Amino acid sequence: MKPTRASLLLPLVMVVLAACGGDHPMSTFIAHSDLTREINAIYSRIFWWTALLFLLVQGGLIYVVLRFRAKGTETANPEQVHGNIRLELTWTILPIFILMHIAIPTVSLIFKSQAQTTEENAVLVNALGKQWWFAFEYPELGVTTANEMHVPLGTEIEVRLQSDNVIHSFWVPQLMAKRDMVPGRVNHIKFKAEKLGEFYGQCAEYCGDSHALMKFRVVVDTPEDFAKWIASQKAPAETEAATAQAGFQAFQGAGCVACHAINGTTAAAVIGPDLTHVGSRTMIASGILENNEENLKKWIKDPPGVKPGSKMPNLNLSDEQVASLAAYLQTLK
Amino acid sequence: MATPAAVPHTHEAGHSASPSGLWSWLTTVDHKRIGILYGLSALAFFVLGGVEGLIIRSQLSVPNNDLVSAPFYNALFTMHGTTMIFLGVMPLSAAFFNYMIPLQIGARDVVFPRLNAFSYWLFLFGAFVLNVPFLIQPFTAGLDPSSTLAPLIRVIPDGGWFGYATLTGKEFSPYLSIDFWVAGLQILGIASMAAGFNFIVTIFNMRAPGMTMLRMPVFTWMTLVVQFLVVLSFPCITVALILLLMDRLFGTHFYIPSAGGDPLLWQHLFWLFGHPEVYILILPAMGIVSEVLPVFSRKPLFGAPFVIFSGITIGLLGFGVWAHHMFTTGLGAAADAAFSVTTMLIAIPTGVKIFNWIFTLWGGQIRLTTSMLFALGFVGMFTMGGLSGIMHSSPPVDLQQQDSYFVVAHFHYVLFGGAIFGLFSGIYYWFPKMSGRFLDETWGKIIFALVLGGFNLTFFPMHFVGAWGMPRRIYTYDEGMGWDQVNLLETIGAFTLAFGVLLFLISFFRSMRNGAKAGANPWDAATLEWITTSPPAVHNFDKTPMVYSDRPVWEKSHGPGPGYSLPEGEEHIHLPPPSIKPLIGAVGVGMFLTSFVALNLSILALGMTALGLALIFYSFYTWFLEPGH
Ligand code: HEC
Ligand SMILES: [Cu+2]
Repeated sequence: MKPTRASLLLPLVMVVLAACGGDHPMSTFIAHSDLTREINAIYSRIFWWTALLFLLVQGGLIYVVLRFRAKGTETANPEQVHGNIRLELTWTILPIFILMHIAIPTVSLIFKSQAQTTEENAVLVNALGKQWWFAFEYPELGVTTANEMHVPLGTEIEVRLQSDNVIHSFWVPQLMAKRDMVPGRVNHIKFKAEKLGEFYGQCAEYCGDSHALMKFRVVVDTPEDFAKWIASQKAPAETEAATAQAGFQAFQGAGCVACHAINGTTAAAVIGPDLTHVGSRTMIASGILENNEENLKKWIKDPPGVKPGSKMPNLNLSDEQVASLAAYLQTLK
Repeated sequence: MATPAAVPHTHEAGHSASPSGLWSWLTTVDHKRIGILYGLSALAFFVLGGVEGLIIRSQLSVPNNDLVSAPFYNALFTMHGTTMIFLGVMPLSAAFFNYMIPLQIGARDVVFPRLNAFSYWLFLFGAFVLNVPFLIQPFTAGLDPSSTLAPLIRVIPDGGWFGYATLTGKEFSPYLSIDFWVAGLQILGIASMAAGFNFIVTIFNMRAPGMTMLRMPVFTWMTLVVQFLVVLSFPCITVALILLLMDRLFGTHFYIPSAGGDPLLWQHLFWLFGHPEVYILILPAMGIVSEVLPVFSRKPLFGAPFVIFSGITIGLLGFGVWAHHMFTTGLGAAADAAFSVTTMLIAIPTGVKIFNWIFTLWGGQIRLTTSMLFALGFVGMFTMGGLSGIMHSSPPVDLQQQDSYFVVAHFHYVLFGGAIFGLFSGIYYWFPKMSGRFLDETWGKIIFALVLGGFNLTFFPMHFVGAWGMPRRIYTYDEGMGWDQVNLLETIGAFTLAFGVLLFLISFFRSMRNGAKAGANPWDAATLEWITTSPPAVHNFDKTPMVYSDRPVWEKSHGPGPGYSLPEGEEHIHLPPPSIKPLIGAVGVGMFLTSFVALNLSILALGMTALGLALIFYSFYTWFLEPGH
């Protein structure tokens, strides 16, 4: 099986599709990991078979209808053919070979992609689905974050998918396809990223009110950048400066500590996302708002207004409270 | 009940005048009237489900739209799916089962006419339970969340038509919305199973003399397969729903992992029903197309036994593929591989059917009536759905397509391009038999063009937008994903499609009153329903025919065999008397099941449950004592 050769055919399809307009940052036609590349190889193999069958059936149908359309001048009934065993056996048996051509790489990739990780330096990430955001833990590296997952290029990544609420589905089209986060189970995705950059992901299983707003990003770094990122995430939040102290007081006063953790402070709750380095993320509220002061204010002021049903309540804070909280959170880089 | 109602009887034939008035419809046990009731109800719900679909499409026409709220959108797609499947396609198929099966097999009615009426009324009650929340919620949405009536704040079902645990559990759905859904489906399930047994026994026992199994029309065959699927698969969802109800009402934890339950148990039970359900929806249409294509090419069905056996094989294999709906849930490599292979196998009998249909046309004299156009459309569109199905039969590929718009495209090609095109074909084909008039053919062709064009404009682009990463069941999406234009296009398509359906409804009701008159056998068709008058008399046939061929009516006029013959002498006809008991029984069962789910809410529910039970006992007791003749 040579997936690379088969996937050479994909561009052809994509050119046609790309003509239909614009960028498609979540397109499954673009593969940037070993896993998605191999998936696409099978996809394109099936695609060409189905395209062939499509032309055969639709072409045949149109041809037959045009050729045998009644002219109204017939004097006798057509020959009453009841069937033809040979023909019928042919189209019963032939498809078996097509199906085998699809089934063999399918089954082999199923087993390959679900095998245990053997690589020593594989990076392990626990991804937890929440209503409606994602928590990421790097148990071996001692980092917890939310909605933005960093991984090093070219290294095997094992994502362990879990949920303690409803079923979610973890989908990053260009890196790891999808798997469900099923309460009471641990599912796995294993992949090696092949391109640097930011990739979009989104929950793909209906999970309640704000299912549509449950997004996330995966950032593929060079191994050096990844190490830097880990180091910065591991460090506790800056608490010395006077502004930081005042900010944290506001945080405590508004009741945020009941749900959020900020490493290095007394805030240690795990109901909402870890905010230790919330300022370093590009997006907030699971990929739906850009991370800036305006949006932070908007969010803190009325979370359910931004995200229907949000588990972070509207705490009826004054504008000053909101402003100082937003300013404080911005400093948590 | 023990006496089959349509057996020729020594009583005087005195029932042939057709009674009229509301009461006669409420008490009818005539399979044709019940068929009409099913058909009209199905059309009404088809319109309702269609409106839901249009609101969905309007919401998605542009990014970040706020036409509807997130929770209401979620309720809409839940009800759109539930309605189209259980209240649109299934009852429209049931309309044809009811009206046509006794006629096609040369019988005077189904074997249990009162049970048949019971099925219909129960279906209507279930449909009511599912939809009445739309009328309740506007008044209860504003209730105080801390009051005892808080569960009423959301009553429109909103857990998805697939109702996945744990989202449907009390913890995440504390409202009555899920309970209404459970009650409605439970009621519909009983109605379907009762009808299933009725038709199995009818088809096995009530066929005219000489009609061996292989002389049965293909539509009757497919109906038989469907009824077996119904009686074997509905118990799975019945059990699944009972477990869910226990979790919700009594605090059991069949689906709750924190207490040792398993949310995947629901998925297994649900899809063990849900996959055969797909064939329950599509096989009737396949049966219709297998009648229509031969008639309008003036040839027999090519390889009829192959087509029939393929139908049976599809039905059987349909029970061995359920987990292909669960490739993303992490069943393990062995299970993924096994279910992938069984799923691919289904392509074989399906492909057989498609090629046999095309070769039925080969060498024929094809008349492009509207019915024929829809049948041809069925073959083309269903093939599309089948081919995209092969793509996600491969689990790795499915890991990209599952729960994306690609899958939405796939199953609309199967269920709209397939099932509904087939049913439209059936409507145009049998309307003359049912009403004695033709549907307008000029309108018909315009309607077909609009429906075909609108359908493809709506659903073909969904393949792309799905492959470009758009998930299903999202009430909104951001710009910049490359999804915008395509979604707008789809919405335009949906309204085109809806316009076609609107024209159809107008044409339908106009032709009912002033369509051109049709004779007994206007299409020169082959099966027994065409020997009786259009519309048929209450007793269907003056004399029960003796059948010599699988195309009795065709052979009678075109040879080579005699086709069928009518016996000498007068036949004494006996028909079952009308009865109100099935309606009362259905109300009882419906009331019992509906109030049962609200037991926790109010003492009133307990009273209603008791009243429902009382009605059940009363109606069944008197029903059994009622003379069958
Ligand atoms: C009842 C628990 C709760 C309280 C109290 C709470 N939050 Fe949250 N918060 C959450 C949850 C849950 C989320 C995730 C919401 C989502 O994205 O759907 C969240 C998300 C956030 C985010 C976005 C994080 C990210 O990376 O996307 C910020 C910022 C935030 N909260 C700040 C605050 C502040 C400031 C306060 C105090 C005024 C506060 N929260 C109080 C539960 C809480
Ligand atoms: Cu989710």
